[in-house]
Amino acid sequence: MTINIILGVSLVLAAAWTVMTARLLRSVIGLALTSMILTIIMFKLNSPLAAVFELSVCAGLISAIFISCISLTQRLTDEQAATKQKERFSKFWLLPVILVLAGVALYQVHIPLDFHLQAAPSESDVRNIIWNLRHLDLIGQIAILLAGAFGVVALFKD
Amino acid sequence: MTNELPQVFWLFSIGAILLLITGFYCLIMTYNLVRALIGLEILTKSVTLFIILAGYVTGRMALAQALAITLIIIEVVVIAVAVGIVLCVYKNIKSIDGRLLRNIKG
Repeated sequence: MTINIILGVSLVLAAAWTVMTARLLRSVIGLALTSMILTIIMFKLNSPLAAVFELSVCAGLISAIFISCISLTQRLTDEQAATKQKERFSKFWLLPVILVLAGVALYQVHIPLDFHLQAAPSESDVRNIIWNLRHLDLIGQIAILLAGAFGVVALFKD
Repeated sequence: MTNELPQVFWLFSIGAILLLITGFYCLIMTYNLVRALIGLEILTKSVTLFIILAGYVTGRMALAQALAITLIIIEVVVIAVAVGIVLCVYKNIKSIDGRLLRNIKG
């Protein structure tokens, strides 16, 4: 249970740091860190395949996309970064307060939860779900991927 | 494990709710387009965690993982296209400040 608390708290801390830091590059690093902590949580919740996807795609690919985008835009000077940091602090000082208050309030709430584990035999394998039971999702995913690829091509066309 | 299940569910649910708050706060308070996308990413992570938690407590991990993978793929496509749009905006107005988009015409 202690490790779960540490993971939950570090997940929220990483997300808060991502939002509050002034430099975009640090924000992206924070986002990758949040993804990594979420990956560990997913492994702990018996979802290894989704965790691997989260780690490779969200912590890897999306960070690379963001870093490419940031490298193509103009870098802040140190003075601008210092000014931005002050502006951000004035905008975002409320966020940690809200998070702490909401976290403590939610932790105090005791909702009677009664779960029973029951796995349907046909749903025991992710591959079976993806390839045999959810054809329409798969077609939708292919369509979305193609739409994204064509969208990016159209956006970067001269 | 069954006795721990409600505690684990509630603990990570709190984490997911706090992630949701962080993402919404970021989206509301920032004008930087890249940072808005980062806020959107945090919101998506919260939803992914909720889906995995739902699968964990109902025992339908395979279905939850399939949905989470679908969500991650959609997330990547949305971010790739949105980053493309941000770069096009930067090419035209030399800024990624959302407030300056009000002056765009045509």
